[in-house]
Amino acid sequence: MSYVEVTPSDVAPAEALSPRARRRRLLRRRIARRPFAMAGFFVALAFALAALLAPWIAPYSASTQDYNAILAHPSSEHWFGTDELGRDILSRIIWGARASIVAGVLATMLAMAIALPIGLVAGYYRGWIDSVISRVTDVLLAFPFLILAVGLAVILGPSLTNATIALGLGAAPGLIRVTRGETLALREEDYVKAAVANGAGDPTILFRHIVPNMTSTLLVQITVTIPAAIIGEAVLSFLGLGVQPPTPSWGVMLADAQSYLSLAPRLAVYPGLAIFFCALAYNLLGDGLRDVLDPRTTR
Amino acid sequence: MGGFLLRKSGAALIVLALASIVVFLGVRALPGDPALALGGENRDPEVIAAIRHDYGLDRPLPIQYLTWVGHVLRGDLGTDQRKLPVGHTIVTRLPITLELEFLAVLFGSLIGIVAGIIAATRRGKASDYAATSVALVGLSVPHFWLGLLLIVLFAVRLQWLPAGGYVSFFEDPVDNLRHMLLPAIVLGTGLSAVVMRQMRSAMLDSLGADYVRTARAKGLSEFSVVGVHALRNSLITVVTIIGLQLGVLISGAIVTEQIFGIAGFGRLTIDAVNQRDYALLQGVVLVVAAGYVVVNLLVDVTYSLLNPRIRIVAAPA
Repeated sequence: MSYVEVTPSDVAPAEALSPRARRRRLLRRRIARRPFAMAGFFVALAFALAALLAPWIAPYSASTQDYNAILAHPSSEHWFGTDELGRDILSRIIWGARASIVAGVLATMLAMAIALPIGLVAGYYRGWIDSVISRVTDVLLAFPFLILAVGLAVILGPSLTNATIALGLGAAPGLIRVTRGETLALREEDYVKAAVANGAGDPTILFRHIVPNMTSTLLVQITVTIPAAIIGEAVLSFLGLGVQPPTPSWGVMLADAQSYLSLAPRLAVYPGLAIFFCALAYNLLGDGLRDVLDPRTTR
Repeated sequence: MGGFLLRKSGAALIVLALASIVVFLGVRALPGDPALALGGENRDPEVIAAIRHDYGLDRPLPIQYLTWVGHVLRGDLGTDQRKLPVGHTIVTRLPITLELEFLAVLFGSLIGIVAGIIAATRRGKASDYAATSVALVGLSVPHFWLGLLLIVLFAVRLQWLPAGGYVSFFEDPVDNLRHMLLPAIVLGTGLSAVVMRQMRSAMLDSLGADYVRTARAKGLSEFSVVGVHALRNSLITVVTIIGLQLGVLISGAIVTEQIFGIAGFGRLTIDAVNQRDYALLQGVVLVVAAGYVVVNLLVDVTYSLLNPRIRIVAAPA
């Protein structure tokens, strides 16, 4: 029999970590091995940074007009050319990222803030409260997402803030259903029953045992909701119900470009590409997270 | 099965009744006074009061709601700002959108099912990666932008197809299809991506199932195994998904019709919103909700017919 000398430093890192931290590290490694998910993460991060740093990285302000360069072709001065008012398209796309990212992220946060407590209560307490919440959710789900968002945007009035609220409220019913379903399943798990047997109160069970165990599902839902809200903001702005000109938004830019399709089709190409790459980035990230967090769906 | 059907229909009716309240209150929450909108240029208080009285706007909300529901149940959705019956306007516009949705579903399902089968049967090969990547692109492309690009390419540059408008199928079937081709592709792209992913996943499940192994063991040809046994079972899930995509298609039709200048149901919705035509908006949204609830019910029932385990799970304990 041979012995191998093991120093404390060899085992310490692994043993020092709690099971949850070990799982997180494993997930981080798994996602890092997925090049498409990582590409999605970095592109999404790049868009977020562009939105944040717009005043410093955009070559011009979003409203600066160059009357000598109306509908100018791409050049060294204006990389993506200029629009019908002589405004730099690249700069407007960078500034426009603010509206999209703000709408995408804040609408998703709002939807989560509404859906999580309601879904938890419905799924955990069941009974009449679940019936009421489920029926109301069914009613709201009877209205397609965009119709709900358009209706709310009209009621609240056209602006980025109201479009964000409308998109958040519009996305909430679907998320309530997911949260409720997860809670229903998790409350039957043995560790929840053990916590009940140990005399744990409802808040402890909900926030220490149920919510942490649905994090992966919620994370995937977030990455699905953000691109939907980004496209939703563009659609609302395109229809005149979101961001109002002259504030730059990718949807507003596309609406303006409609009048110049034969003269300058590039006006429609660049903002559309921005929406596409931003949505694609979140979808790639979401797919990667789903594969890593829920191996049953991996094929 | 009878009990299941009754329970589901009852739930659908409750949802529909509650949806009608949401529609009614939602329309009344819109900014602006409908009486002023109906009065147009005339701001004479007496005229406005008369309009308010004629349309029952001076009565308490519950009475207004019950009167409206009573009329709706008799098939009367009221009159719009142009004094035209809302029901008639909807009936004239609806077939245009239904045709667009039918063509979009046809395009989306055909492309999605074929691509899904190819991806599943050639799992891990180049064609699988190509189909999966294209589906991801299809999911991320904002369809209104895709519409603008297709107009630039096929209508402005190549001049193969019209940039917009609508010609009735009964007037000129060929011209009708020429006008509907691009909008149907735009609306069907997202659906094809969803169907492709679902089809691939369902086919992979089916191809790994015992009955497929048995079919192979019996010496059936690969075409028969994939085309008859695996495909038939995979289609159940896919048909359900197509049904549940109706809401997405209705949302998509609003923007697609706006881009292609098609005077369908989606365009009618936006026009009703922009003109603050409350009676019209109320009718339009109620029809959408009713259609959605009915399709969901049909999907539930069809699915339970095809898969009896659903009925057992859905039954109360």
